[in-house]
Amino acid sequence: MAGIVGWGCHMPRYRIKVEEIAKVWGADAQAYKKGLNVQEKSVPAPDTDTITLSVTAARRAVARAGVDPAAIGACYVGSESHPYAVKPSGTTVAEALGATPECRCADFEFACKAGTEAMSVALRLVDAGEVTYALGIGADTSQGAPGDALEYTASAGAAAFIMGADNLVAECEHTYSYMTDTADFWRREHQYYPQHAGRFTGEPAYFKHVTGCAEGILAKAGLKPADFAYCVFHQPNGKFPATVAKKLGFNPHQWEQGLLCPLLGNTYSGSSPMGLTAILDVAKAGDRILHVSYGSGAGSDGFVFRCTDRIAEVQKAAPQTRELLEGERFYLQYGEYAKFRGKIIMNVKGA
Amino acid sequence: MRDVAIIGVGANPKWGELWGQSLRDIFVEAALAAIDDAGVDHVDGMYVGCMSSGLFAGQEHIGSLLADYLGQRHLPATRVESACASGGAAVKMAALEVASGHSDIVLAGGVEKMTDVGGGDATYALGTAADAEYECYHGATFPGLYAMIARAHMDRYGTTPEMLAQVAVKNHDNGALNAMAQYPFHIRAKQVLDSIMVADPLHILDCSPITDGAAAAILCPLETAKKLSKKLPIKIAGFGHATDTIQLAQREDMTWLGATAKAAEQAFEMAGVAPKDVDLFEVHDCFTIAELVVIESLGLVGKGEAGKATLEGRTARDGDLPVNTSGGLKSKGHPVGATGVAQVMEVVKQLRGEAGERQVKDAKRGLTQNMGGSGGSAVVHILEVA
Amino acid sequence: MPSARYTREIPQRYRLEAGKCSSCGKVYYPPRRVCPCGGRDFETVTLSDTGKVVTYTIIRVGPSDFADEVPYGLGIVEVDGGVRLMAQLVDVPLEEIKAGMPVRLEFRKIYQEGEAGIICYGHKAVPA
Repeated sequence: MAGIVGWGCHMPRYRIKVEEIAKVWGADAQAYKKGLNVQEKSVPAPDTDTITLSVTAARRAVARAGVDPAAIGACYVGSESHPYAVKPSGTTVAEALGATPECRCADFEFACKAGTEAMSVALRLVDAGEVTYALGIGADTSQGAPGDALEYTASAGAAAFIMGADNLVAECEHTYSYMTDTADFWRREHQYYPQHAGRFTGEPAYFKHVTGCAEGILAKAGLKPADFAYCVFHQPNGKFPATVAKKLGFNPHQWEQGLLCPLLGNTYSGSSPMGLTAILDVAKAGDRILHVSYGSGAGSDGFVFRCTDRIAEVQKAAPQTRELLEGERFYLQYGEYAKFRGKIIMNVKGA
Repeated sequence: MRDVAIIGVGANPKWGELWGQSLRDIFVEAALAAIDDAGVDHVDGMYVGCMSSGLFAGQEHIGSLLADYLGQRHLPATRVESACASGGAAVKMAALEVASGHSDIVLAGGVEKMTDVGGGDATYALGTAADAEYECYHGATFPGLYAMIARAHMDRYGTTPEMLAQVAVKNHDNGALNAMAQYPFHIRAKQVLDSIMVADPLHILDCSPITDGAAAAILCPLETAKKLSKKLPIKIAGFGHATDTIQLAQREDMTWLGATAKAAEQAFEMAGVAPKDVDLFEVHDCFTIAELVVIESLGLVGKGEAGKATLEGRTARDGDLPVNTSGGLKSKGHPVGATGVAQVMEVVKQLRGEAGERQVKDAKRGLTQNMGGSGGSAVVHILEVA
Repeated sequence: MPSARYTREIPQRYRLEAGKCSSCGKVYYPPRRVCPCGGRDFETVTLSDTGKVVTYTIIRVGPSDFADEVPYGLGIVEVDGGVRLMAQLVDVPLEEIKAGMPVRLEFRKIYQEGEAGIICYGHKAVPA
């Protein structure tokens, strides 16, 4: 039975506060902060993209896994902000790690659940005996449309997991997926920013699929919330994951460790996977973790992980998620943020 | 090998932004000035120092082009390239061709036409003198590389921004008396220190400019110099040429210019003299810090002492170590490929007693030091009254 | 940046692969075919990703590809083991950069060929 051998997380050091964005668009910062339970979000510098975040996260996963990168047989990056529309992020990540040339690769896209689908497929490729280790990564540097509600939360980060059959830090006891065709949030080819359907993104989208997936996997596994030390859900804001967790019967001390959104924003494909890394950083042998993602379009992937004795040996082998989240960071003004995110119309070079 | 003399030198009346003149115009003007100065009616061979006619002017094959435009059909002519040491290298090649006995009159010229491209493209072109894959790739610029040398020199020896500024002030004091200089005016240290920062700690006034210009010299065997020309023959007593790692990161000591030191050693040995026997020095002040490190690497002052020597006025026109009486690259201008030849021209004029208000008294022997990139190549010539 | 020229340098830029002379043991980054000691055999080694700044500057007037990024720190980093390389210095307030500061090399985008060309990656130095 496959599971996680090593995990790693990375996020930029730059941040922008809700107040700074609200100021520019004449919005009520306090209302946004309360309504979304978000104070600030991470901002990628121009030299940071989904590939660079994935490489650093993956290197940290390798450090914890203690494996030779050449033994990684698959590299799957899930994102909705792959740097190229055609040329997979996974090839650069695999080269940077030294996993090439014997390595399967293709990029994944399913809005915010691209990363968990990548993790899922990585696990099952190992179970199928096709590869010894497979890398599943969720990473994004998503754009929020200027002045839109999503601008307060669209942020950047990556989480990487090396899946294998031995030396696990956490066994994957169950996986499950719940998916429908639901147009709550989308981006057409050549459009710069995504569109969303307002309040339709709530009950019929996020809550329906997260709940459907959570209830489905708990039933399949024959488990209840009390059987879990931790739970982590997709975090489009700081409110939804707490609401769904409470509704399912979890307590705050189960979801707090993995809830990064209030200080990080929504890292899209990185969201619940980064929450999972924050939990793995502190979990103990025997702890069960429920992980349910959500990707617009729409669907949720569910995992039940159970930590092994080995986890304590490697928690400090790489920087920890909350250290990165709460450590030294640099606050930007809106103008710098707009420049970093390429939102300023520049002159065409060479014209 | 026979002894070589320089019997003619010439350059454009003024260096600067020569909008109305193309690369061929600029070169021919300087070459004719040298030919007329020597009083010869033909040359047997030509070497043209030019860092990048391709990137600046879209033109390669300039040996052939310029031989043709100089009216010297069928002349064997070659472009010589060693980044900013192209001119010095051209002089050396010309000297070897004469010394070997193969040719009797050889023109050593240098030219660069830098203003047809915009600032960003000029910076890119200049940057190709650094390591394209491991320095330029990361966003290095020339000022940036010399700035790193400056920082290392300041950290090790306590060199100050004021010492750097004084190099610029002194060179402008000399250039103000040089009619051909791009910036023939005095500046004050405060202006240098207040000017915009290009790459910390170098300000824009610590940097030599972008310049269009050419210079040329006519070389012949010393034994026939008096027959060929009325001008006082100036003997090339010695020369030296060395390279060093192109990457700054691979230098043994970032506060030392090894190629310059080696080239100087060779030149002094060949000429049979020491620094104290030399009356003036034309050195490669592409940036103010370069002049300081060069005079240490030439052995004119001890390691770390160049800044103090400059503040004390030792390198001024009337000091005991006159450096850059022409105004240097800073005030005279730096058309890259031409600089090394112009340095030779200044020394020749000084030794002939033709330097006017810039004249160093009783100048009998002069040294030129021409350097490429961040010190990756260096050519040193020692000239003396025959 | 032509694709062939970029792809050739990937082992050096992505994995910090260097060459160690089998005769004298000196390590070169990037690798080379001939050692100044005369040796022509080399072993591939990987550089450490931690080290310190040896010297630095702040580029305020950049080349065209980097013009929008100024001011940026650029320095020579000596990685553990003694090999030196040039890298941008990022994620640090410019006035805090100084020689001797400990750094770590992190994978970053170096530049991109406009909106349609390839994206070029490498390492930059961040405070350790």
